[in-house]
Amino acid sequence: MTSDEPLIHASGLTKRFGDFEAVKAIDFAVQRGEAFGFLGPNGAGKTSTMRMVGCVSPATGGELRLFGLDPATEGPRIRARLGVVPQKDTLDEELTVEENIWVYGRYFGLSKPQVRARATELLEFAQLTERARSKVEPLSGGMKRRLTIARSLVNDPEVLMLDEPTTGLDPQARHVLWDRLFRLKRQGVTLVLTTHYMDEAEQLCDRLVVMDHGEIVAEGSPRDLIREHSTREVLELRFDVDDHAELAGRVDGLGDRVEVLPDRLLIYTDDGDAAGEKVHAAGLEPLSALVRRSTLEDVFLNLTGRTLVD
Amino acid sequence: MTIRTAAPAAPRPGVVSRLARVLPIPAGAGMARILVERNAMAFRHGWIAFVTGLAEPILYLFSLGVGLGALVRTVTTDGGSVVSYAEFVAPALLAAAAMNGAVFDSTFNVFFKLKYAKLYDSVLATPLGPRDVAVGEISWSLLRGAFYSGAFLLVAVVAGMVHSWWALLALPAANFISFAFSAVGMFATTFMRSWVDFDWINLAIQPLFLFSATFFPLATYPSGVQWLVQVTPLYHGVALERGLMLGEVGTGLLVHVAYLAVLGLVGLVGAARRVERLLLS
Ligand SMILES: Nc1ncnc2c1ncn2[C@@H]1O[C@H](COP(=O)(O)OP(=O)(O)OP(=O)(O)O)[C@@H](O)[C@H]1O
Ligand SMILES: [Mg+2]
Repeated sequence: MTSDEPLIHASGLTKRFGDFEAVKAIDFAVQRGEAFGFLGPNGAGKTSTMRMVGCVSPATGGELRLFGLDPATEGPRIRARLGVVPQKDTLDEELTVEENIWVYGRYFGLSKPQVRARATELLEFAQLTERARSKVEPLSGGMKRRLTIARSLVNDPEVLMLDEPTTGLDPQARHVLWDRLFRLKRQGVTLVLTTHYMDEAEQLCDRLVVMDHGEIVAEGSPRDLIREHSTREVLELRFDVDDHAELAGRVDGLGDRVEVLPDRLLIYTDDGDAAGEKVHAAGLEPLSALVRRSTLEDVFLNLTGRTLVD
Repeated sequence: MTIRTAAPAAPRPGVVSRLARVLPIPAGAGMARILVERNAMAFRHGWIAFVTGLAEPILYLFSLGVGLGALVRTVTTDGGSVVSYAEFVAPALLAAAAMNGAVFDSTFNVFFKLKYAKLYDSVLATPLGPRDVAVGEISWSLLRGAFYSGAFLLVAVVAGMVHSWWALLALPAANFISFAFSAVGMFATTFMRSWVDFDWINLAIQPLFLFSATFFPLATYPSGVQWLVQVTPLYHGVALERGLMLGEVGTGLLVHVAYLAVLGLVGLVGAARRVERLLLS
């Protein structure tokens, strides 16, 4: 394969479970060195896609190539070059922290001295050196996640696949993890990740696709997506009413577009403050009015009419 | 993160891999031994269960061989020789120990790893395939079985219950029994939905233990039941061990070997295919 060919290439990639189509003929390509994300709500088909790319779930249709190889026939050779962090940690709880890395390295055909050297390095990287001899079970959620990432790096993978790397972690643990992932990216590891946190997607991804109901509804860099599918600013209004829908008619026309959520109204506009003045001029008295920049959350709302995290 | 380890050797297609392409055998990277290594590592943290598994057959040997042996002085075997009851029952207990050890490991332990620990999910994300999982787990329970049978045989020899040099072959034969039962046990385990289903395993193992010509010669069973006994797997294990340990060796023993070999291979391929279906969906 030539160097400008994408590392991962999918066209018409489809996954069916019985009659149900979880992934519907999606196309995407991941270039070497980039951080590529799948952003989507629960059930969008992110994990199903990741499992196909990870060569642990056969595609029902379409074409998929990694490193120019076909997962259907070259699974083991492809997996030898991947690191996989699954949605749920699958650490070996019968083993200690360092043994987890040793054994995992052995699965990749590394020698015993190699895995020991590698484990020392990776535990350092994952800030788990002090816990090397500890059992896995008592570790905190963040530590387990870091160990899973450390383990997935044992074979020096060209592509690291992370399925919801920070779901369920507290904000501090998330930031530690993001920091580790940045380092990897700087070292040239290609990252493929899924998330349903828009801030995570904005932080980590050079490019992403927005998935919904098994389909890709938009693609681009976070900034391009926001520019294309949302306005520069958003005015968030909360009123002292049970149902914000009844006020929707009264703010209509104050911005480019209005979204009604159960607990607030979102007015999309390039100038939030100006829109805020118009709200007052119209005689409305919101409990709170907040002007903020558009995020990927707004992109998703615009594209699907739904919020990402429910 | 500065050391770059040598790129892992890409698995080369061996004879099995080439065979697997034409037969319905699931993929593997020929790395099953690493799973055995993993089990040995985990076992170092939980060796106590191992020792208790050894005590049981030895207790049986002495309570039955010595206790019951005082009542039933001699037994005429199906091969025609007359031996003490202890000598008669020892080979059967060896076969049963091989079966029990193998079944325990390939059912309870495999089920735990499959459903709760999700061990194989992480293993299958590496170059290893479902065939490696099946071969690895079955090999491990085989090793465990070999340890049990070896210790049991040693006790039987020391206690003076073994007289033929053919008994040297009793150990490989016990491995064969372990292989057949652990393969079938693992295959069966892949169909289990919860721990409740394990009652089915007990329901199968108990009658096998009691009625495989274990405690009485086949000739003492009603003739209508004899053929039924001869169809079941432990009977072949018992008959094989008894032939070897009592020195009643003939080509007939090869029938038992063939039976156990076929059973083991069917279980092995079945287990690998089920792991593939369950985890690589
Ligand atoms: N093995 C399976 N059998 C049947 N249906 C499945 C299977 N795996 C996933 N699905 C269905 O496919 C759809 C997509 O699931 P998937 O796990 O890919 O979504 P996801 O985007 O990862 O969601 P989440 O954010 O909840 O992890 C869901 O409706 C799910 O119920
Ligand atoms: Mg998922």
